[in-house]
Amino acid sequence: MNLLLTLAFALLLMQPQSQDGDVPKGYQGTFAITNARIETVTNGVIENGTLVIRGDRIEAVGADVTIPPGAEVIDAAGMTVYPGLIDSGTQLGLAEIGAVHETNDFREVGDLNPELEALSAVNPNSVLIPVTRVSGVTTVVTEPSGGLFPGVAALINLVGYTPEQMHAGGVRMMTLEFPASGRRGFFDRRSDEDLKKAAEKALKKLNDVWDRAVLYARIDSAYHAAPDPDHKPEYIPEMHALLPVVRGEMPLMIKVQREKDIRAALDWVQERGLTNVVFSGVAEGWRVADKIAEAGIPCLVGPVLSTPTRAYDRYDKAYANAGLMRQAGVTVALRSGESENVRNLPFNAGFAAAYGMGREEALRAVTIAPAEIFGIADDYGSLEPGKKANLFIADGDPFETATHIRQVFIDGFKIPMTNRQIELYREFLHRDEGRLTPVKVVPPSN
Amino acid sequence: MKKQAFLALTFALAFTLTAAAQPKVGDVLIKNGAVLTVTHGTLENTDILVRDGKIARIGQGLRAPDGVEVVDATGMYVMPGIIDAHSHIALSAVNEATNPVTAEVTMEDVTNPYHIGIYRALAGGVTTSHTMHGSANVIGGQNETIKHRWGFTNPDDLRFEGAPRTIKFALGENPTRVHGKRGASGGKAKVPATRMGVEAVLREAFADGQRYMEAWDRYEAEKKRNSRAVPPPYDLRLETIADILRGDVLVHCHSYRADEILMLMRVLKDFGVDKVTFQHANEAFKVAPELAAFGAYASVFSDWWSYKFEVYYSTAYNAAILTRNGVVTSVNSDSGELDRHLYHEAAKSQRYGGLTDDEALALITINPALQLGIADRVGSIEVGKDADLAVFDGHPLSVYAVPQMTFVDGVRYFDRQRDPDDVRLFVDPEASLDDGAMISNDEHLHELEAVGDWLFHLK
Repeated sequence: MNLLLTLAFALLLMQPQSQDGDVPKGYQGTFAITNARIETVTNGVIENGTLVIRGDRIEAVGADVTIPPGAEVIDAAGMTVYPGLIDSGTQLGLAEIGAVHETNDFREVGDLNPELEALSAVNPNSVLIPVTRVSGVTTVVTEPSGGLFPGVAALINLVGYTPEQMHAGGVRMMTLEFPASGRRGFFDRRSDEDLKKAAEKALKKLNDVWDRAVLYARIDSAYHAAPDPDHKPEYIPEMHALLPVVRGEMPLMIKVQREKDIRAALDWVQERGLTNVVFSGVAEGWRVADKIAEAGIPCLVGPVLSTPTRAYDRYDKAYANAGLMRQAGVTVALRSGESENVRNLPFNAGFAAAYGMGREEALRAVTIAPAEIFGIADDYGSLEPGKKANLFIADGDPFETATHIRQVFIDGFKIPMTNRQIELYREFLHRDEGRLTPVKVVPPSN
Repeated sequence: MKKQAFLALTFALAFTLTAAAQPKVGDVLIKNGAVLTVTHGTLENTDILVRDGKIARIGQGLRAPDGVEVVDATGMYVMPGIIDAHSHIALSAVNEATNPVTAEVTMEDVTNPYHIGIYRALAGGVTTSHTMHGSANVIGGQNETIKHRWGFTNPDDLRFEGAPRTIKFALGENPTRVHGKRGASGGKAKVPATRMGVEAVLREAFADGQRYMEAWDRYEAEKKRNSRAVPPPYDLRLETIADILRGDVLVHCHSYRADEILMLMRVLKDFGVDKVTFQHANEAFKVAPELAAFGAYASVFSDWWSYKFEVYYSTAYNAAILTRNGVVTSVNSDSGELDRHLYHEAAKSQRYGGLTDDEALALITINPALQLGIADRVGSIEVGKDADLAVFDGHPLSVYAVPQMTFVDGVRYFDRQRDPDDVRLFVDPEASLDDGAMISNDEHLHELEAVGDWLFHLK
């Protein structure tokens, strides 16, 4: 009897795909995706190839790959494999229900919060995450917002039970909301004079904070050069958090939109001699694309699906922005700026492609380009042996709405292709099937 | 000096755009396109002849009568002008959020023909918008159906002549928050604070309207016998509600949850109103059989959800479930951003539920036309219908398709090849050029969904 039980248990272990009740769970293992068209992004397209996943990594990619014994084989005939898409700016995991403030953790009180860590507040069990990842988006920057220094943004993979399991490539970026000179919207009725004053005040504050951070770093360096327990410098959490940024060890992600502010940010970065900087948002980047390219600052651009920033701009400028910047030589990655609809990242890329960027560049802007910008291109952003197994299988071009994403892998986990929205579909498509006495539905007379 | 030059330019611009006599109906022959009729399939290599703003002929090898311009649409797709069943563009005010019932106000009075959103919508192939009152009140104001005749500056020139009157209702969180939970302007709370209260407000308003209607009917009857009969007091609010009961005003109701959708159908049935379109209706999929039985319509988002609690249990498969259950369904924008790519929003119903091309296109053409009561005029490409047409360089359900031309009544209001940088009809000479009313790109403004919040943000 015990032997039987043991055997049964062993059988269960051998079938990791077996599900606990009806709750589908992702699992790692050895997988071979065969007969697939493979868009590697960095090494062209393999028309009929095999991709092998072992653990969290891609083990092999090619036309002539041997299927390892024991591998779970996925026949992808007629399908294409893509690297997982990376969204370079979201609030996923930090925001749950827009208007229910208790469920949102991206905006802390006050302007100066560089010591805050987005990663700490990421909810791995957010309902939004499974809704997102079945679209092929496997990895996102999740960022705090508001004030001047709202905190440290993190790159996360959309699988895992703890933020640490989700943290992708250890990427953290200090967020700076660069002081904006313009109105916040039609509801902003401040006079031009007031706006100017507010912008000057904000820039002065930024400079004051930065000066203090630089001084703090000097004191810290001096102390560590010759530690003296009797004269330990005062610990200031905000300044302490800025240490690695001042020293160029942590990237500074500057959120900036308007032309005037982009110019001011370029000047500020130059004056401060900063080199580890990325811009985010950059809605009017096309107006100063040459300058940004010259400065060599990579840009996380988007949302693409947004309106032009000025009433007199050509109607398609927001769609065209990323492409215009790319053409000027700027390194561009795309961001949706979304939380619940990060799943629209591929469509943002599609629109950028249609309005001048081209499909190839748009695909790079959601795969290898952000991986390079974040310094994790050895592990992310394309289909190459040794890289993280973040990828998906689709029956067509993932930027097209008619395409269905058939299977997603994140961190080597074969992701269950379901979520609450799909469960609702399955339950309600034919709602009254199985009811013995159907609800009488009589069409109206008219 | 710079300012003077700018002023001069402004007036020159205003002159060219508004003073030039612009024809309101046009003639054109669109040659050799793939014609997506929506109601009668796709016709390859087909011509459309437009005379006096109407579709005169559809066929192959049509010849242009003298003086009629020919547009070569070889390799392109022609679809019916897109209809947005829920919009707030071209309005200078939206929400009379002072009372749970404000049936007397109308968007007709606040139509703004200068709003750049009209042109941006045209550039997305949209020819008609249903510009709606906000969702603060259980019975809000009356809406307006407009055609995007960009360049006409008299609001009357934008109206969709002959379109039925419609009115906005709103259930759930918005009216209960605005009136019951906080009070309209930080003042005293009033009913409704709950979905029970919303029903009570509706029933009372309908009952009052019914009595008002009966009083006037009695007066009209008595007047024939008695020349000295005294009319009841005139009340525009009750007059409008009476018109709803008479079937002269179509109800378009902001709603989300399944329970409140069922509630409104019960109330309407009790008062003999049989035409209703549920707007947003994120949980309509849960009561699709009941909607189909009532003959109610649904106008939904492609994928918006989770921006408030009542849309947390939503699904992007809503449009597909409703369509498969026989509910006439449209996909709307409720946004001056989204309306520019409604063709893409409709296309999402293919990823989320596998609708056919014609079913997906119907979501933004013939179905919203039915919901607005204008399906005899627009919503498909058929002889005799208005020549509201959109030309794309690829199939409009492809993400790579770019709208090329948009016609309203046969007049070309948008042409990508001739599109200038600055199309504004009104330029404020005092406004600064390098700045202005830019809305932060990070604020995804679910426009009227957050209306209560906007009000309170304004303080």
